[in-house]
Amino acid sequence: MDVLPYLVAVWIFLAGCYGLATSRNLIHAVGCLSVCQSATYVLLLAVGYRDDATAPVFSDIEPGSRPVVDPVVQALALTDVVVGATVTALLLALVIQVGKRHGTVDPDELSELRG
Amino acid sequence: MNPRTRLALVVVAGTGLAVLLVAACLRLPRFGGDSHPYGDRAVHTSLARHTANTVASVNFDQRAFDTLGEMTILFAAVVGCVVLLRQTRDEHRARPEPADVTPPVRRYALIVLPIALATGLYVIAHGQLSPGGGFQGGVVAATSLHLLYLGADYRALERVRPVGLYEVGDAVSAAAYVVTGLAGLIGGTAFLANTLLPYGTFNTLSSGGTVPLLNAAIGMEVACAVVVLLARFLDQAVEIVEESGK
Repeated sequence: MDVLPYLVAVWIFLAGCYGLATSRNLIHAVGCLSVCQSATYVLLLAVGYRDDATAPVFSDIEPGSRPVVDPVVQALALTDVVVGATVTALLLALVIQVGKRHGTVDPDELSELRG
Repeated sequence: MNPRTRLALVVVAGTGLAVLLVAACLRLPRFGGDSHPYGDRAVHTSLARHTANTVASVNFDQRAFDTLGEMTILFAAVVGCVVLLRQTRDEHRARPEPADVTPPVRRYALIVLPIALATGLYVIAHGQLSPGGGFQGGVVAATSLHLLYLGADYRALERVRPVGLYEVGDAVSAAAYVVTGLAGLIGGTAFLANTLLPYGTFNTLSSGGTVPLLNAAIGMEVACAVVVLLARFLDQAVEIVEESGK
């Protein structure tokens, strides 16, 4: 039972990988990459969790009165979200241009090079 | 490669990866355990520097240099999208047509817009005190402007959103972050070290030294970046059409 949150992260990651490998549409593939990335959020937050702890924000709790979860991994998850969003934006921009130039977003039909 | 071989390869490689990952998970520290040495030190430092939101302290004080890198990634991605989604030679701009919006949607969008904008600005301003901060509030504030696109039409959005100004704002706020860091050097400490300003009273808006300044710079940068990004994608969808065809 203790490893269940980690296994959830593994499962999400593998589901995203499966989607990436079998994708027939580049927009769908970008979505699958986001699924892979969300596995890292689950893993990070699972690593930082502490039993019976609350958020590491002291505006409404007395410091030291309650255990708090690890703020370092939460900051890392925030970095992760930002990088994920930028990667998604860049990839979608590329997909738009691929769609315009080649008339298809199916990766299997994009095999030949075109100048 | 035909789909069947590929699927077989994916299954074999995926099973191997799954076995390795599960084996790694079994050796990880227990979920919910009490040993978080970095977390404990981060909380301690955050309280010593009068920053109520420890996550903001980690982002804008203890790992401020890392956030500089993160901001640079965002900035580079915006530049990349602007270049990728530019108007090419065989395309031209069409005037967007005025669109009909059903009254309930229009009413809802126009009521929620000011609330969402105020929420975004509130989240940015209170980043050092309560959950949230520049990144989260910036996205909320930038998204709220686009309710105008849903509630009215694209031309109304373009009137309140001069993209050039937001591009300048993006660059200025990125520079403001670096300048705040350099101020530390001039003040005789280190780049982005939070030792220059007084830490203020715990749990007030001005507490945390340079944390509120860096937080505001990030808030503005993220808001501008999201507006510019969405503007480029919306341009592709609404305005830019190819010369031939369509």
